Amino acid sequence: MTGHAPAKRPNQLFRNLNSKIASIPMILIAMGIFLGGSLWTILYSFTNSKLLPRLSFVGLDQYERLWNTSRWIVSIQNLAIYGILSLIFSLVIGFLLAALMDQKIRFENAFRTIFLYPFALSFIVTGLVWQWILNPEFGIQGIVRSLGFENFTFDPLYNPDIVIYGILIAGLWQGTGLVMCLMLAGLRGIDEDIWKAARVDGIPMWRTYLFVVIPMMRPVFITTLVIIASGIVKVYDLVVAQTSGGPGNASEVPAKYVYDYMFQAQNLGQGFAASTMMLLTVAIIIIPWAYLEFGGKKRG
Amino acid sequence: MNIRALTAALAATIVLPMGVAKATDLEVTHWWTSGGEAAAVAELAKAFNASGNNWVDGAIAGSGSTARPIMISRITGGDPMGATQFNHGRQAQELVEAGLMRDLTEVAEKGNWKEVIKPASLLDSCTIDGKIYCAPINIHSWQWLWLSNAAFEQAGVPVPKDWHEFVAAAPKLREAGIQPLALGGQAWQSGGLFDTLVLALGGKEVYESVYVDKDADVAAGPEMAKVFEAAAQAREMAAGSNVQDWNQATNLVITGKAGGQVMGDWAQGEFQIAGQVAGEDYSCLPGLGISPYIATGGDAFYFPVLDDEEKSKAQDVLAETMLDPKTQVAFNLKKGSLPVRGDVDLASVNDCMKKGLDIVAKGNALTSTDQALSADSQKQKEDLMTEFFSSTSLSPEDAQKRFADIISSAD
Repeated sequence: MTGHAPAKRPNQLFRNLNSKIASIPMILIAMGIFLGGSLWTILYSFTNSKLLPRLSFVGLDQYERLWNTSRWIVSIQNLAIYGILSLIFSLVIGFLLAALMDQKIRFENAFRTIFLYPFALSFIVTGLVWQWILNPEFGIQGIVRSLGFENFTFDPLYNPDIVIYGILIAGLWQGTGLVMCLMLAGLRGIDEDIWKAARVDGIPMWRTYLFVVIPMMRPVFITTLVIIASGIVKVYDLVVAQTSGGPGNASEVPAKYVYDYMFQAQNLGQGFAASTMMLLTVAIIIIPWAYLEFGGKKRG
Repeated sequence: MNIRALTAALAATIVLPMGVAKATDLEVTHWWTSGGEAAAVAELAKAFNASGNNWVDGAIAGSGSTARPIMISRITGGDPMGATQFNHGRQAQELVEAGLMRDLTEVAEKGNWKEVIKPASLLDSCTIDGKIYCAPINIHSWQWLWLSNAAFEQAGVPVPKDWHEFVAAAPKLREAGIQPLALGGQAWQSGGLFDTLVLALGGKEVYESVYVDKDADVAAGPEMAKVFEAAAQAREMAAGSNVQDWNQATNLVITGKAGGQVMGDWAQGEFQIAGQVAGEDYSCLPGLGISPYIATGGDAFYFPVLDDEEKSKAQDVLAETMLDPKTQVAFNLKKGSLPVRGDVDLASVNDCMKKGLDIVAKGNALTSTDQALSADSQKQKEDLMTEFFSSTSLSPEDAQKRFADIISSAD
């Protein structure tokens, strides 16, 4: 080109060509593995595949059986209890801790490390630690009894009615540290002047937090929400390490149902049907939210 | 491994490839990890190493339900081991049908397996379309009640002769602060306990029509209702045994903290390791002391198809070794199981194993549930039973209804 060519509008496809080329592998992986894998799973959930996948369709049989299985119903209930409570508690406790941490206290670094440290442990380790702490013979119950309170009973992991709360405790212990850190980062991002203005107007501190600071931290809350929610849906290893679904099937979760039926029961069709239901649940929550968040108006 | 052994092993890897007779490594996966089981596996490894090959131990902890998915995904994923344990029956059926397992018919004919393996149902479970795909190694049966003599002495009641006496003695045991029935929390243990009650209290006809013929009417009928009543009693007796693994539960019996445990004859190995003597320290009641029948399943080894010629040869050697009379005796004495050969000398067996051998010799061995039901139906049954045994909110009547549903759709 010698300069006399008319200035053409650059082709949209070739804008930022480098970054587009760089993201091709990721796009392929996402399309191939996530989307392709999901579609494959959904397709085979309508078959009677046993140990090995095969295409002999049985309609909705697998789903009918799934929703007639008490273990699956228990799993769903447990996930609902665990999910709702862990969402509420980790947000509330995380925010409270962050707000306390934000009061210009001494040894902030030390406290932050202590609270965040559990997050460095995997769910398997967390589960084993709490299995011991909640063990009636060696854990809290044993210690309190050895102090002289002979009738003290605290054995959530061995009581089918409350076992899911025993798992919730371990989950919160592990997860709130991260929520605290995210919240703290959000709080630090609030302009000093806003606090000053609130103080000049004589607004009590708790009201400033509730009505000024929290609404301003919306993006942080959304991020945190997504992180917690994705952790909830896939909860599996914590249950395996702590109770392996017991006592009985009182602490079963959907992810464990999927694994057990795909591999232990050698019934891929049933496992696929269960995992498709999990995907559907996530989609029902995510799609309206994504529509509200990103749809309608464009954001820079 | 100490330094010297390590150096020797390293040196060996350099020298050996130049030699003519090279020891072939064969990885063998299994889920035998408790004390008695590990001792038995060591016998197998010793016999195989003596043949000039090298046993690479691939033990997977956490019982069969944890190990089997790992084994299956390795085989289907294209990273097969040299040989792998499965229970007799249908656990590996689809792998065989998919052509992933080696045909052992030649080895079997050479070793005359058809003649020597008793009961014949064991080899039948290995046979698909007239070809033999696995080497049965032992006979196990679920229908045993293990009792701690010390616990009953402490409670001041004579050691029970059958299940009914055991149920009657349960309140006394509780009074003495002893757990009447030890039951681990894993689902397969509740399932096995229930199947044992079906055979012992329901009898042979009920057992066979429910599990082998999958007759849902019998499963919902009055005979089974009695079994469910008994299961509810067992549930009360088992309340409070906060252990997970079967050998932890057996340990409660060994230490006299629990009165008894319903567990397969593999529990025998644990008593042996603890140095206890049958009849003196503990008692065993096959068929819960009521039924003259036991259901025999067991373990078998399958050999995945491998590309490596050397390894395939080593697989044949291993299959032969496993059925060798000497290995059979050494292995099964440690394991507490019965040998699959009817022609081996078992002078050194203890009281409990003699009882088992007598039952098999009389031909009172029935098909095990692992042979009769698919893994899928087994799992559904286990899920129901573990729910039933852990929570009193599920009534025997409701449980029976759900049990009949499972049987009606079982395959």
